[in-house]
Amino acid sequence: MAHAVETGVKHEDHESIKIAGFWIFLVQDVLLFATLFATYVVLRNHYAGGPTPKELFDVPGFVAETFILLTSSFTSGLAALQLNKKSVGGLITWLVITGVLGLAFLGFEINEFTNMVQEGATISTSAFLSAFFTLVGTHGAHVTLGLGWMLGLIIQLARRGITPVTSRKVSVLSLYWHFLDAVWIFIFTVVYLIGVM
Amino acid sequence: MHDDHSEKHPGSTVSYVIGFLLSIVLTIIPLYVVLNHSFSNMILVYVIMIMAVLQFLIQLVFFMHIRESEEPHYNILAIALGIIFVFAIVAGSAWIMTFNSQVQ
Amino acid sequence: MQTQHFFIVGDPLILGADISIILVSAAIIFVLTYFKKWGWLWREWLTTVDYKKIGIMYFISALLMLFRGGVDALLMRLQLMFPNMNLLESEHYNEIFTTHGTIMILFMAMPLIFAMFNIAVPLQIGARDVAYPFLNAVSFWLFFFGALLLNLSFVIGGSPNASWWGYPPLSELTFNPGPGENFYILSIQISGIGSIATGINFLITILKMRAPGMRLMDMPLFTWSVLSSCIVIIAAFPVLTVALFLLFMDRFAGAHFFTMTHGGDPMMYVNLFWMWGHPEVYIVVLPAFGIFSEVVSVFSKKVIFGYTSMVVSLLLISVYAYFTWVHHFFTMGAGADVNTFFSISTMLIAIPTGVKVFNWLLTMYRGRIRMTEPMLWTLGFIVCFVVGGATGVMLSVAPADYQYHNSYFVVAHFHNVLIGGTVFGMFAGMTYWWPKIFGFKLNPTLGKWAFWLWNIGFYVCFMPQYALGFMGMTRRIYTYPDDMGWTPYNVVSTIGAFIMALGFVFQVWQIVYSAKRMDRDVTGDPWDGHTLEWSTTSPAPYYNFAVIPKVEGRDAFWKEKKKRSQPDYKPEKRELKPIHFPKNSGIPFIMGVCFFIAGFGLTFHWVWLGVIGLIGVAATLYARSFQYDTEYVIPVEEIKKTEAALGRDI
Repeated sequence: MAHAVETGVKHEDHESIKIAGFWIFLVQDVLLFATLFATYVVLRNHYAGGPTPKELFDVPGFVAETFILLTSSFTSGLAALQLNKKSVGGLITWLVITGVLGLAFLGFEINEFTNMVQEGATISTSAFLSAFFTLVGTHGAHVTLGLGWMLGLIIQLARRGITPVTSRKVSVLSLYWHFLDAVWIFIFTVVYLIGVM
Repeated sequence: MHDDHSEKHPGSTVSYVIGFLLSIVLTIIPLYVVLNHSFSNMILVYVIMIMAVLQFLIQLVFFMHIRESEEPHYNILAIALGIIFVFAIVAGSAWIMTFNSQVQ
Repeated sequence: MQTQHFFIVGDPLILGADISIILVSAAIIFVLTYFKKWGWLWREWLTTVDYKKIGIMYFISALLMLFRGGVDALLMRLQLMFPNMNLLESEHYNEIFTTHGTIMILFMAMPLIFAMFNIAVPLQIGARDVAYPFLNAVSFWLFFFGALLLNLSFVIGGSPNASWWGYPPLSELTFNPGPGENFYILSIQISGIGSIATGINFLITILKMRAPGMRLMDMPLFTWSVLSSCIVIIAAFPVLTVALFLLFMDRFAGAHFFTMTHGGDPMMYVNLFWMWGHPEVYIVVLPAFGIFSEVVSVFSKKVIFGYTSMVVSLLLISVYAYFTWVHHFFTMGAGADVNTFFSISTMLIAIPTGVKVFNWLLTMYRGRIRMTEPMLWTLGFIVCFVVGGATGVMLSVAPADYQYHNSYFVVAHFHNVLIGGTVFGMFAGMTYWWPKIFGFKLNPTLGKWAFWLWNIGFYVCFMPQYALGFMGMTRRIYTYPDDMGWTPYNVVSTIGAFIMALGFVFQVWQIVYSAKRMDRDVTGDPWDGHTLEWSTTSPAPYYNFAVIPKVEGRDAFWKEKKKRSQPDYKPEKRELKPIHFPKNSGIPFIMGVCFFIAGFGLTFHWVWLGVIGLIGVAATLYARSFQYDTEYVIPVEEIKKTEAALGRDI
């Protein structure tokens, strides 16, 4: 069946078209985050008499989050490389490691948010905090969705092994995961580092 | 339904490791200079932003393999255009809203 | 959230609308059941991933929305016809101008251009389908259910009333505690996701699925205009998504992005909204420009003048549109340097647009012009849009704008360019491609009546509004005193609105009449067209092309026809191969329903319902992810049979 079909587009090309479209989706998501960043930048000094970033941000916390996420980006790359070795076992292993690191990242972040809320710094306290929670929280929501996606993909890999379709899905997920780390680089820089300066 | 001509996933273990190590370095440097207040705030902001952009490029090249593809590099064009729009959004908003520093 | 005002009562107009909605819905359900058509509806339309059908659904939805938005307009014009009228109270008037704007821009213009994208682009580039047929269906159903959510508001819960912009602080909880603004935010948000998906879909379709031999610089100009429009969609809609989301956070999570206290800044909303809002008007006008290029070329029997400069100007406009947005709020206090920059950037964008106008005129020069209906709409556009563009340049002068801002001058300007540009453009496209989609021709006489009524009605309605603007009449007021001297202009303007309404009636009459008469398009090429869509039958078979055409340059079909008319022409025998085709799917429709449930729940602060809806959305995504059997194969015998039935020899 693989040879006798003609869509005007070769079968392998069909998968690369899905990847091409995903790059464009990522561009759209970059602009979404850019808008959240712009909002944060504009509102970052609007403390309304409430807590400031220097008072709130916990250095070990965000440093840990940063290295965990960076490592998970690296391990997701190692997972994708397993495609070339055609090793489903290796692929799933590295994906699971990536997922665990992702969960750890979320754990740290939820802990951070909870501590802030308990100290009286909520989304309703000031415009600065609204912007902070929304920007960082949107990133966290993207990570959560990515983990759900990863779980589904792991199940599909376990059932079907490495095929052109599952390969493409791994490539797309890994692009998404790297993109999330790229966004975090800027959150780390613009929100946390500038906040504690 | 196996197709024997699946494309090879670009990159190698070596390139990923290099990218990872470079990223770590580019994370540690800004951390260090900020926590030690090595320069004035103005300069610090420029330094860490440059580090961030460099690390972003590392992600793009070493992890996301933006340069590998036999087909026209639409994704590079798309990212480049995206960066122009990011600049308009962030710098534009910051400039337009500068008066609002009086609003606290 | 109290439910005592759940159903809107007490207003005869709304009560009448309630009853009509119930009756019409009941009638539809009755007809479907009586003729046992539920299965057909599900199989052929609700689960389709065929872009041609999706295009038709977008088209029908847009026309229905044009009707509703138009009725809103007529109600407003009636209320304003004379001073101190009491047809509409101020609150009701606010709701009407809000829904009029929201519907016309987001639920009429957007689906109408998407209809044109679907109807023409794959055929023009010689492709069988769009890049992501399933996503195409998702886009449609998200639009549909978003529109449904907004349309529901005036009978359940209450319409939004803070204008189609939804500026805080008026749209914040302090001043707008009811569900109205929630309907606004959620309906646009849901529909907006569909729009972004369409932008990505058609961008990749155009870049990656052209017939072999069709280079980018060989593409029809309509396709180029869609490409440009998609770039703007992808660039602009994320900003709107965030702007609305932040307003949502203010209203639902107690955030302080745009509130008056706790450090919020309402102007930031205005900034973000227009950062999307200005590119949005280019999103809807660029495809119109593309249609005009096609129509002018075919009906002047000439190749378009200055193809390269047309392409360059489209791309320049699409990127450049992103750098002019502050002209929507010159008077808000951003400062002289900001205003100066955006004043100049706004003026500059007139240049590539001007290039296009000259190219269209030069195409017509010494051409053999046929005054068909599409050509009439095009000529009407050229005059109308140039006037509107000129008043745009007037508005772009920031100091002058301090006088024009918020007056009827602005209202006249934007209707001038939106109606003259987008609406006339879409009508040109509709009448041009109608035979291709539906297989029969539209009656030209009724069409000419429709055009002239719209065209004349437009000037009668909106030219007085420029004068009213100069005379100081503010926009969005629901009545005015009788000693301002505004009355005669308002009377004339209202008459013009009704003339346009009559034009719409003629369009509906034209469609019904032509459908009954069934003047079939048997050749597939009723206009002697230049581009590939005219090489198929009307309508095209579901796989478009039995054999993907080989293209050798611009105006591929025109060249092909010239080749065929040569005495020594021998048709190339090309081998038929089986075709891979996507299967229908109910998931897009169900996903739309889940988004609707979530939106409805959140609108009334029933968070449990909102969560259920969103879980439903996640479930549909997951279900799709696990679906691997998504295509089927059309065997060669079936292709041969279909082609033979359509009278084509392969």
